[in-house]
Amino acid sequence: MPVLEKGSEKVWQKRDRTQALLSWLGWLVGAAVVLFCWQIIADNTNWSFVADAPEQASHMIARGIPPNWGYLNTLWQPLWDTLNIATLGTLLGVAVAIPTAFLAARNTTPHPIVRYIALLVIVGSRSVNSLIWALLLVVVLGPGVLAGILAIGLRSIGFTGKLFYEAIEEIDPNPVEAVAATGASAAQVLSYGFWPQVMPSIFGVSVYRWDINIRESTVVGLVGAGGIGIQLQASINILRWSQVSMILLVVFLTVFVSEWISASVRRLLI
Amino acid sequence: MGSPNLGLPIVFVSVLLAGFVPNEFRPTAFGYALAVTPLCPMLRIQSLTKRYPTGDIALQSVNLDVPDGQVMALIGPSGAGKSTLIRCINRLVEPTSGQIYLNELELTRLGSAQLRRARRRMAMIFQEYALVERLTVMENVLSGQLGYVNFWQSWFRKFPQGTVDEAFRLLERVGLGQFPDKRADALSGGQRQRVGIARALLQNPNILLVDEPTASLDPKTARQIMRLICELAQERGLSVIVNIHDVPLAQQFSQRIVGLQAGEIVYDGPPSGLTERALTQIYGEEDWNPERESEADESPALAGTAGERQS
Repeated sequence: MPVLEKGSEKVWQKRDRTQALLSWLGWLVGAAVVLFCWQIIADNTNWSFVADAPEQASHMIARGIPPNWGYLNTLWQPLWDTLNIATLGTLLGVAVAIPTAFLAARNTTPHPIVRYIALLVIVGSRSVNSLIWALLLVVVLGPGVLAGILAIGLRSIGFTGKLFYEAIEEIDPNPVEAVAATGASAAQVLSYGFWPQVMPSIFGVSVYRWDINIRESTVVGLVGAGGIGIQLQASINILRWSQVSMILLVVFLTVFVSEWISASVRRLLI
Repeated sequence: MGSPNLGLPIVFVSVLLAGFVPNEFRPTAFGYALAVTPLCPMLRIQSLTKRYPTGDIALQSVNLDVPDGQVMALIGPSGAGKSTLIRCINRLVEPTSGQIYLNELELTRLGSAQLRRARRRMAMIFQEYALVERLTVMENVLSGQLGYVNFWQSWFRKFPQGTVDEAFRLLERVGLGQFPDKRADALSGGQRQRVGIARALLQNPNILLVDEPTASLDPKTARQIMRLICELAQERGLSVIVNIHDVPLAQQFSQRIVGLQAGEIVYDGPPSGLTERALTQIYGEEDWNPERESEADESPALAGTAGERQS
């Protein structure tokens, strides 16, 4: 924090003159870029479609009201599939992510090369969206729930693995040192020194990921990977908006319940 | 895409399995299993040097013998190498050169499996207690026996009944008999250090390595903890090396004082020999007279620093 001397007074301020100028210039350039981009987007927009949008939207909503309540009966099975895709996918992802995270964390990895391989697995899994995993897996395995579970699982490895290994790296090293000093084996140091410290975040992150996966598993169905998304895709294709609204309502309620469950579980853990 | 993911858990499991091999040694009886020949020192350190990768020299060919049953205090300014010395003994820090012998066993030459077995005989007590906070008092105490049980016994908390009996006795002895199921993070500082002491003694060690046991405690608790460590060491005939900042505390509880300065021993003698000159040699120039009227000149000094902070 620079101090400016004005006579006998010492003025303490956040930035000195150069820094203030640079900051002002930064904002100026930022604003110019935003306006420029705005211009390009406006040029490329078909404004007659936009003008028409509220009318189109109200038509679509009107066709969706009231939801087709009778359709609900055919939704139970796909909904159950969706929940299974999310839950089994999360379990699969977490089961692979836990050992991978221990190999990737600086303080538990057996060797730097192993660490880089584990990091590669995590980054590789994270860089591909579950919808794209699903697209690929449907080609390989054929459409169905299995492709959905694997797609969700593969995406979850990266997400949970990254948060797990960060949690492992942040633990207090003193208890680990103390456990090692008793003559404990490497596995015992992991189970007594590390595991109690990282277990809360492993459970918390897993439940959080399960909650995200409930939402994602409704989408993987769009490409044929099982679950309620298949019904959504079919209903949109034949323009049954009352069925679409019914599906969206069911998805909304499911996500709402899963968020509530995940929030209460995490509160219990802390 | 999926193939690397299948290989990794297998690698991991095999890494774990390597650690699950049960230790062939089980504790048969607690107490003084090891016969000690009085002639050889419990611990012998010969020209121990530690240079950190950063180039800092923490210890410069230190020679030290600790006889059986002696309580030795290690004093010296921060950064003198006290913690490094203690950690070189159980090789939490790897020495750069030199030899350390525990009961004629050369610790500095041991492979990792042998080192684990040797570590069971050297118990450590830590400044910040180093308990596993989310585990209970009993689990923390029993972790002192990890070197004697196999992985699954420790994972399922199936410790031999003899160990559990001894753990209860020790908890009673350190004054925590009523708290075995309390979580370690629910205890006060003094209570946590008592758990740390019980954990260390459950190892049935020959030597206690104690690293600043009282630095996080109030003066009264600090004295209680030091007294407890010394009493227990005496009951069991253990040698003790205590790193300690508090010189009067060191004088009160130890039989011998070793002063470290910049990685070298500059004082080695009885507590009574710790004169002003010796202290100056260890810590550098300072007024060591405790009867100094410090309050009179402290307040203007404080006001001065407060004024400087604004600039």
